[in-house]
Amino acid sequence: MKVLFTSIFSLFLALAAVGQHDDQQAGHEDQQHTESHADHGHHDLGCGIEHHEVTEYEPGPVAFHHIADQNIFTIGPVWFHLPCILYAPETGLSVFSSGKFHVADHHGDGTMAVDRYVIHSGVVMRVQDESFPMGEVEVSGFTGQKEMVNGKEKEVYYVCYHDQLYKLDQSSTADGGLFGGGITSFYDFSITKNVLTMLIVAILLGWMFISIARRYRKRSGMAPRGVQSFMEPIYNFIKDDVAKAMIGPKYERFMPFIMALFFFILALNLIGQVPFLGNPNVTGNLAVTLVLAIFTFIVTNINGNGHYWQHIFWMPGIPFAVKLIMTPIEILGLFLKPITLMVRLFANITAGHIVVLSFVGLIFIFGQMGTVPAGGWGGAVISILLTLFMSAIELLVAFIQAFIFAILSASYIGMAVADDHH
Amino acid sequence: MGGSITTLAFGLAVIGAGIGVGYIGGKAMEAIARQPEAIGDIRANMLIMAALVEGIGLIAIILAYIS
Repeated sequence: MKVLFTSIFSLFLALAAVGQHDDQQAGHEDQQHTESHADHGHHDLGCGIEHHEVTEYEPGPVAFHHIADQNIFTIGPVWFHLPCILYAPETGLSVFSSGKFHVADHHGDGTMAVDRYVIHSGVVMRVQDESFPMGEVEVSGFTGQKEMVNGKEKEVYYVCYHDQLYKLDQSSTADGGLFGGGITSFYDFSITKNVLTMLIVAILLGWMFISIARRYRKRSGMAPRGVQSFMEPIYNFIKDDVAKAMIGPKYERFMPFIMALFFFILALNLIGQVPFLGNPNVTGNLAVTLVLAIFTFIVTNINGNGHYWQHIFWMPGIPFAVKLIMTPIEILGLFLKPITLMVRLFANITAGHIVVLSFVGLIFIFGQMGTVPAGGWGGAVISILLTLFMSAIELLVAFIQAFIFAILSASYIGMAVADDHH
Repeated sequence: MGGSITTLAFGLAVIGAGIGVGYIGGKAMEAIARQPEAIGDIRANMLIMAALVEGIGLIAIILAYIS
């Protein structure tokens, strides 16, 4: 057993080191890129857009670019182009491979427009203008500027085609403008990196648990074997310490939900940390955690009994004046609970990824300060140590956040189904 | 983000949540020192409490973001 652990740990270390090496190489390419930009100086792309010179490495935008969802899946140096499924009321459904955008560089800008859709910084956007041709046409550049839209400052992007600028639309989001979205001219149903990862994780977990369940039936009364003996303690831990402790005697009805939440979140957290595997940031995506939190909200409130609703709307056993204050707070709390669930998972995973990416960014910051490759190598040594440390902490956070999400969901359900004990 | 007043709100929110989580962690350590046999229960409750306090900080951060 000790040998097994040692070998797994050393494998992890080796992978992390190799992952660092890969990032470092990318960094050198970045540096070369920067130099070539500097050599060419201002390179006109038409429409008066100048290919802006990258003089200084900015860790913030780079980190945010790398945690975003994408239409490609990368395994090491190999790019897999994922299907784009886009729907606009005027032009109907468009289904094509994201390879048709011809993304040439790592900035994620496509050089082709397909059915009025373009890709800029890895985000699919649509040209609103009717005069823009359908089908595949070449575009020469993108530009963005801050504009006032409905009293709010917003970044608006334009694409250049035949020396003319066309305004771009972002895809519709149903957040009601809360996070800067809203209903626009098209809807994005693409199988992105995150969607693909979720599908793969769901299939893997389903296959694993169905095969384990089958083995329990076949070998009932015998000692567990293989992956069965690995999952059994985790399953029992969640059953005893989360479901039974929080929900109480009625826990069995909610076991599938709690287990699905825990293992799905855990698997997604862990898969985001494997070097080379595309590094999808699924649980660090607000939409994903929103849906998970909505499931908890629905399950909690559908199963809420009379006592639960009485405690929310007219808390018994307190003076009338206090009731008037408590009722709005309780109603607010009803919605705040899933919102904090959503934000907690999102913020923890995103923060972890950003910290790791910032540590990787140290290589470039050190390299630029010395303006010699030796500075980059010195930064790389520090970066490897810090990233390794952070990865270890992230491994812990992956478990803790999955556990927290499951135990808080269970406690909310427990509150909803608890019998009166006054 | 950037140098706006909302950036200050991030910091202030995290100070409050940090004090809260610190208290929870410290008190949990004391409780474990007093009763080492109850470490499992204490740890589980500590994590729940820390998560709830963290929630306050998160709400403040979200308000800072969307304001």
